[in-house]
Amino acid sequence: MKTLEIPADMELVYKKPESLTDAHTIYCPGCTHGIIHRLVAEVLDELGVRERTIGIAPVGCSVLAYYYFNVDMAEAAHGRAPAMATGIKRVSPGKVVFTYQGDGDLASIGIAEIVYAANRGELFTTIFANNAVYGMTGGQMAPTTLPGQVTTSSPTGRDVKVAGYPMRIAELLGGLPGAAYVTRQAVLDVPGIRRTKRAIKLAFQTQLAGLGFSLVEVLSTCNTNWHMGILEALEWAKEHMVAYYPLGDTKMTDEVRALKDTKGTKEGTKGTKEGTKGTKEGGEIGCKS
Amino acid sequence: MAKKLFEGNAAIAEAAIRAGVEAFFGYPITPQSEVLEHFSKRLPEEGRVFLQAESEVAAINMVYGAACAGARVMTSSSSPGVSLMQEGISYMACSEVPAVLTNIMRGGPGLGNVQPAQGDYFQAVKSAGHGDFHMIVLAPANVQEAVDLIVLAFDLADKYRTLVMLVADGSIGQMMEPVELPPMRPVRPPEERPSWALTGAKGREHNIITSLYLGAEKMEEVNLRLQAKLKKIAANEVRWKEYSTEDADLLLVSFGTVGRICQTVVREARAKGMKAGLLRPITLWPFPSARLAELAQQVRGMLVVEMNAGQMVEDVRLAVEGRCPVRFYGRMGGIVPLSDEILPELEKLDAAEQGSKGAREQGGASAPLPLGSSAPPLLLGDKR
Repeated sequence: MKTLEIPADMELVYKKPESLTDAHTIYCPGCTHGIIHRLVAEVLDELGVRERTIGIAPVGCSVLAYYYFNVDMAEAAHGRAPAMATGIKRVSPGKVVFTYQGDGDLASIGIAEIVYAANRGELFTTIFANNAVYGMTGGQMAPTTLPGQVTTSSPTGRDVKVAGYPMRIAELLGGLPGAAYVTRQAVLDVPGIRRTKRAIKLAFQTQLAGLGFSLVEVLSTCNTNWHMGILEALEWAKEHMVAYYPLGDTKMTDEVRALKDTKGTKEGTKGTKEGTKGTKEGGEIGCKS
Repeated sequence: MAKKLFEGNAAIAEAAIRAGVEAFFGYPITPQSEVLEHFSKRLPEEGRVFLQAESEVAAINMVYGAACAGARVMTSSSSPGVSLMQEGISYMACSEVPAVLTNIMRGGPGLGNVQPAQGDYFQAVKSAGHGDFHMIVLAPANVQEAVDLIVLAFDLADKYRTLVMLVADGSIGQMMEPVELPPMRPVRPPEERPSWALTGAKGREHNIITSLYLGAEKMEEVNLRLQAKLKKIAANEVRWKEYSTEDADLLLVSFGTVGRICQTVVREARAKGMKAGLLRPITLWPFPSARLAELAQQVRGMLVVEMNAGQMVEDVRLAVEGRCPVRFYGRMGGIVPLSDEILPELEKLDAAEQGSKGAREQGGASAPLPLGSSAPPLLLGDKR
């Protein structure tokens, strides 16, 4: 990659996070993985933990996430990232550990591992990208595929009488005592992206404070396998996915809430306006769940 | 150090603690649950990690994670549980992370039973998971040897960045014997974890541990590297024990529990005037093929005794390459063959091969006997 010198009369105000490598991703144009990757990387940078972070990539479209995150990374077997994260964190309690998983990986084949990790209150953070389809294998029905949604393995639409119902992971895991912070966000527009980033940051802060398991479910799109244009996919997700998967926190312990308020105040001192806005939005999210 | 009376499973766990294991992840299954139980008490006492996983699938992936982080780590299971671990075992083999596993084998296939058996020889030695790889497989015949081999297992795992599996059965795991435990080694401090481990990319490029290589050429390159390592292990780490082989003209080949019983068979055969010896492989992989090939020139025949339908016997035949007849006697389903049924098999071999060595010395080799007989009863020895 070409590096340009910043002229003396100019200031660097925006750059690629340290926690991302220079690698080009394999993601399709319009895919929201890139956005979520960047949010995670920005948070790791802001928390100053890049050099003590260990990430775990799943099996799925983000299988190569270890090339994109500039942190130590392992590649897990399908669905097993939470078990690997457990092993890593237990022998390296001083490290910051996260798994990055899709819906097939986390909500289908890896459901036992994520449920038990959450219920043990494992001190790692999971970023869960839900796009309602198996992307890498070519658009088959996922555990989160909506009723009636057409995929390559539900060609006449998901029939819940045959295939059962889509899994609401944030609600499922939010009900577990070991989970400290579980939330569902969406990267379908700019305000949603900003809220998602705040949630990811709070999730990592929850881990750093040793408060328990934290997970951010991120509603995302797969315009390729949905056979839609990029903007059309974003609109479809807002209309259909958000309806089935309501946004907001499904679990926030008092400690996490206190943490959020403290950190919110800190941010507030930098820019009071943003701080207030953050609190207000947080409240709204909470109400919806 | 004075000997202490120890149950095999607990001794395995205590030996691992003394060898410096930092973490254990496991799931209860008979007949090895005492390994897990001993760790559950002792590891927290030592300030180390014990976690009972939700399944063997999770346990092996916790082991995988801890191994990636550079910790000395171990799990233990029994036959059906090991089957569930095979996915993780394959990933770890490709990723070249070290770990120690034990399989306290039970009768199978399926849920089988909890009696002593050796039906997982193929699984451990030849098919530990999908893809081309081997684990180092160690087979103790008594509790003391299990203790000594566990210490060796950690050293070999670290030395070669490989998986080492100790295979035994419930009769070793649940038997009490006096053992001398190894001295307590200091645990490797986290700052001394290997440079390849995931410890945080501080002042260096980020480390990646993966078993995914999408390009065929790269995947082959990785395979060639793995094979080169296995070749090195095969050249350096073959271990076995011999009993009365110096002048033997009949050789028993047997491992683990029944390998120990075959020592009695050798004594009894010698008392009857037969020149019997025993080779007991300690490493099932790598296999002591070269030594068996040598002994095949010396003896009139071999009798392989296993607690299965005849698995290691295939490796013996591959090593012997027809230089002498190889017979098989096995019991299955949790039945342990005893000396009073093995000795008659050895006598039959003796009778069948009277004078055959002389014939071979004159240049005529007797053909190796194929395995499997059409005659009932099933598999209770090679009846030809």
